[in-house]
Amino acid sequence: MTDTVNLGFRRRRIRRLAVVAGLSMVVLVLCCAALYLGNTQYPPDVIIRVILGEQIKGASFAIGTLRLPRMLIAVLAGMAFGMAGNTFQTMLGNPLASPDIIGVTAGCSVAAVFCITFLNVSKGVISLAAVVTGVALAAIIYFLSYRGGFSGPRLILIGIGIQAMLNALTYFLLLRANQYDVPAAMRWLSGSLNGLQMKDVPLLFGVVTVFGFILTALSKYLNILELGDQSATSLGVRTDRVRMLMVICAVFLIAYTTAVTGPVAFVSFLAGPIASRLAGRGNSNIVPSALTGAALVLLADIVGQNLFDIRFPVGVVTGMLGAPYLVFLLIRMNKGGAA
Amino acid sequence: MRLSRTLTLIGAGTVAILLCIFLSLALGSRSIDLAKVVGALLDSGDVSFDALVVRERIPRTIFSIIAGASLGVSGALMQAITRNPIADPAILGVNSGAALFVVTGIAFFQINTAQKYILFALAGAALTSAVVYRIGSLGSGGATPIKLALAGAATSAALSSLVSMIVLPRVDAMNSYRFWQVGSVGGATWDGILAVLPFLAAGLVIGFLITPALNALALGDDVATGLGVRVGAVRMIGALAGVLLCGATTAIAGPIGFVGLMVPHTMRLLCGPNLKTIVPMSAVGGAVLLTSADVFGRLIGGVGEVEAGIITAFFGAPVMIVIAIRTKVHKI
Repeated sequence: MTDTVNLGFRRRRIRRLAVVAGLSMVVLVLCCAALYLGNTQYPPDVIIRVILGEQIKGASFAIGTLRLPRMLIAVLAGMAFGMAGNTFQTMLGNPLASPDIIGVTAGCSVAAVFCITFLNVSKGVISLAAVVTGVALAAIIYFLSYRGGFSGPRLILIGIGIQAMLNALTYFLLLRANQYDVPAAMRWLSGSLNGLQMKDVPLLFGVVTVFGFILTALSKYLNILELGDQSATSLGVRTDRVRMLMVICAVFLIAYTTAVTGPVAFVSFLAGPIASRLAGRGNSNIVPSALTGAALVLLADIVGQNLFDIRFPVGVVTGMLGAPYLVFLLIRMNKGGAA
Repeated sequence: MRLSRTLTLIGAGTVAILLCIFLSLALGSRSIDLAKVVGALLDSGDVSFDALVVRERIPRTIFSIIAGASLGVSGALMQAITRNPIADPAILGVNSGAALFVVTGIAFFQINTAQKYILFALAGAALTSAVVYRIGSLGSGGATPIKLALAGAATSAALSSLVSMIVLPRVDAMNSYRFWQVGSVGGATWDGILAVLPFLAAGLVIGFLITPALNALALGDDVATGLGVRVGAVRMIGALAGVLLCGATTAIAGPIGFVGLMVPHTMRLLCGPNLKTIVPMSAVGGAVLLTSADVFGRLIGGVGEVEAGIITAFFGAPVMIVIAIRTKVHKI
């Protein structure tokens, strides 16, 4: 008996390691492709020399200033979206309950659009405003739904309601805005990696590393929380405290990243389910989700930059790729009676 | 007793609507007193500035009355058909479906008349609501509020990324979309009203005719079948009426959410659970709500105005939140 259990456990672990290795390879290949593809293609040795700091006419600008920060931010943002999405989905026990459906991302959007169109402030202030609003909204949604105990479904319904209000506010701001600011705001709203610079990278890297690390460390509790509050408490987990900490980390991740790139549609929504299909259920899927998120954003950005006549922002591409999968997921999930 | 109650309701409804019409004609960035409003309406030779302002406000007033009534009835019908407390055009994703079709029309088929807007919006609304309801009712337990809301929200998200894909490269389409997407009755013209009227009239008539059967539906499918109601047919016809009403309204006004959610619930609290009362009273309540939202938006807007769709979302979303808080967990 214990042998079979151990065997199953080991098999799952091997599968998970294989998936993590495979996904890392995919991300690496996509990173190289992101550096290589574009208007002008430079040979690999030039790319490497530029990254190592050599000044080469033309290539230094195209790769060092344009493509490298873009690629790094795509990876970091994808990881952040993937981890935060997976945390929300697992915690609420519903693959549809990602931050962009239940109102957290919409809160960041309102704050950022307000800053872009009316205040004309620096990027740092926009990020701060987005983070503060996102965290405040998540807290409001959490406390409104906490009535005689935590209830995932109630939180989702309340989040959808709050999101409707926030969207109305965003539309209102867009309408009041100066016509010249609108395209910038619209582009930001659809999620874009345009205009990002090397100096945006370190802080995003810091945020993703710190909160990603905490989430990964806490992820073993996530599986226990999935069993329900009573079982989790009897297994010695302080459910409210753990959940609160995870919500805060996930919200910080999503809010800061959203402030940098805009809400990239569906990445936080798709990364978790795809990762758990690959790696199997029953384990914490935080690392596979992060990698899947990074791969999705990179791929979508490469597609959006190179495949069409017009350059589409990354969020539009993830939206296009995500929509059919979303419908498929909805159908499969409802058929299984998971909701 | 019942007769006097009916008379009270009719009387109160009429008074409320008349009051709203008067307020809508009189108030705004330039407010006009009662005598001048009456004068402007009765004396067509009056060409003073105030009289012109009042006449300018007539189309939007009429439109907000009929649009509000349509949205209210549409919400009542959808809630009755789906037996679901949060069924509302905005939540079922109908608005974003209509938006996608209208934007497609603007961008690829150069549509510019009200009739074509309406046809595109109706097609989009019908298709989306059917798909969302179908997805939301798969699996065990049928269309529970949570499944329906998630299916609607997710579909909306998917559709709006398609909308931004179409809109982003086209500046002119982005501009008309930006103004349409907010939901306002301010842009109503006589042409638009005349174009939309047949659809709304048809929807309202069908809705009223089918109400007795919907009452039976509220008892559950089995009992309704036992009472001789063809459940499937009634659902289809009711859904058709609901989509006609909200799709046509959305084509002219843009997405105005939550009127269809708030009004039937309020009417249920005020007049009891009989749909024969709720459906007509939802028409009255919707008209009153949308018109006062429009007036309110004009008053708080300062120089510009706040669009009615924003006001209704701000007052309507909390209603949904309260419903979510009060519903028992196992019913969600």
